[in-house]
Amino acid sequence: MLNIQNLNVYYGNIQALKGVSLEINEGEIVTLIGANGAGKSTLLKTISGLIKPKDGEILFEGQNIAGKVAQSIVKKGVSQVPEGRRVFANMTVEENLELGAFLRKDTKGIREDFEKVYNLFPRLQERRKQQAGTLSGGEQQMLAMGRALMARPRLLLLDEPSMGLAPLLVKTIFRIIQEINDTGTTILLVEQNANMALSVADRAYVIETGRIVLDGTSDELNQSDQIRTAYLGGH
Amino acid sequence: MSIVKQAKGFWASIVLAIVFSVVVQLLINGGQLNAFYVNTLFLIGINIILAVSLHLIIGITGQFSIGHAGFLAVGAYASAIITMKLQLPFGLALLVGGLAAAVAGLIIGIPSLRLKGDYLAIATLGFGEIVRIIFLNINYVGGASGMQVSHLTTWPWLIGCVIFSILVIVNFTNSTHGRACISIRENEIAADAMGINTTYYKVTAFAIGAFFAGIAGTLYAHNFYIIQPTNFGFLKSFDILIFVVLGGLGSMSGAVIAAILLTIISTYLQDYPETRMIIYSLVLIVMMLYRPQGLMGTKEITSLFKGRKSVKGGVQDESKHTVA
Repeated sequence: MLNIQNLNVYYGNIQALKGVSLEINEGEIVTLIGANGAGKSTLLKTISGLIKPKDGEILFEGQNIAGKVAQSIVKKGVSQVPEGRRVFANMTVEENLELGAFLRKDTKGIREDFEKVYNLFPRLQERRKQQAGTLSGGEQQMLAMGRALMARPRLLLLDEPSMGLAPLLVKTIFRIIQEINDTGTTILLVEQNANMALSVADRAYVIETGRIVLDGTSDELNQSDQIRTAYLGGH
Repeated sequence: MSIVKQAKGFWASIVLAIVFSVVVQLLINGGQLNAFYVNTLFLIGINIILAVSLHLIIGITGQFSIGHAGFLAVGAYASAIITMKLQLPFGLALLVGGLAAAVAGLIIGIPSLRLKGDYLAIATLGFGEIVRIIFLNINYVGGASGMQVSHLTTWPWLIGCVIFSILVIVNFTNSTHGRACISIRENEIAADAMGINTTYYKVTAFAIGAFFAGIAGTLYAHNFYIIQPTNFGFLKSFDILIFVVLGGLGSMSGAVIAAILLTIISTYLQDYPETRMIIYSLVLIVMMLYRPQGLMGTKEITSLFKGRKSVKGGVQDESKHTVA
């Protein structure tokens, strides 16, 4: 579904991604793990069009979307949940969700997706009329995910959904990620919480200072000594 | 049901505005309002248009622009050329004044709206000064000594333009486009990630705001018999900025109320220009201390979305108490 070839991204003179190649198949959950500053978020932002790559290809269903503007990428079916949630604080939950469907014209489909999102996150329905800025961190994360789902994406990019959340909420969020995947949405998950990420993902890539250093199925990486010491806190 | 209520409120305010303008027209005709009050009313009207147009750029779209006097100047000079040099009718001058300012808005907006925050503020401030200095050096429009303009601004034109600009901007704000602009103000990165073309909406808001500033410029030029580049310095930009900030960023009724209040205050303080600026500053300082969100906060916008008239009224009353 998504095929990235030899992607190079720069911030000014600093190279953030060095020849990254990566593949996601339809229906998978793929996770990208790595330390702070490894380039995880940069990769997501480049896929969703918020950053332009210097060279390399990003093929989404066969079409090259590298360097395209964000709105045409959203239209093609790639939607991002930005890091740190970034909800529209002074708007209500409902208005936030409406904006997620900004590029869609099919009123009926939008109404259906409202139902779907509210089923997935009953808490959001309770707080429909509440200002997004007054929600708790976990609820805001749910809102950010719901908002991205309103674009009816085929590929959902999740940037650190567990950031700053209580352990119990992290579990809930990951359960919902699994549920979203079960309805047929392919997911690329960027996480620092490698344990949780590997528990839901089918496959994983490990990124270090802008390079993919390791990839494999979640089970393989869970067994790997290198990963256990570096990311899973094992000895 | 709320839609019906909202429509009722809409027509009620239109009727109220028409009754008000007819009554004022009758008073002007009958001579009960002397020239001083009439002039103050005209100033209030012009300032309301300016406040509302900048409100769209700063309050709704969140782009901190402080070169609004530049658009005012473009509108004023463009329209003065139409009426004085080319001897064409005033209605056409209004249109040309607005369009010229909108074009200026596009020219400055497309490159500078890539900037954010303080950088955008500095760029727009620079733009305002450039416009002023250009007019200062064009002999065709009189250079530093200014340009004589006939008094063509009449009450029906003025109140018509005020109502028109408020209607257009309220409707824009409540449309999908307005929603997109607000999302840019709330969080530009998230708006981008939702597939909203942020550059397009920023430039659009900028051009519409500039258009109405140009209309205000036309009314302004044809109200004071003479226009000079010194009238359009950066202090003028700050005057307009103060209306918007004092009213509450994101609240149109706040901007209108602040424009009315401050115009009255500064008109009555005209004999003491020094204290006028001191009082301005004091009002702002007191405001920032006791009501940092402005007279109205962003209240009116959300209540408009929900169509809850009662909430809007309640907030307005509360803010009036604060002022008093």
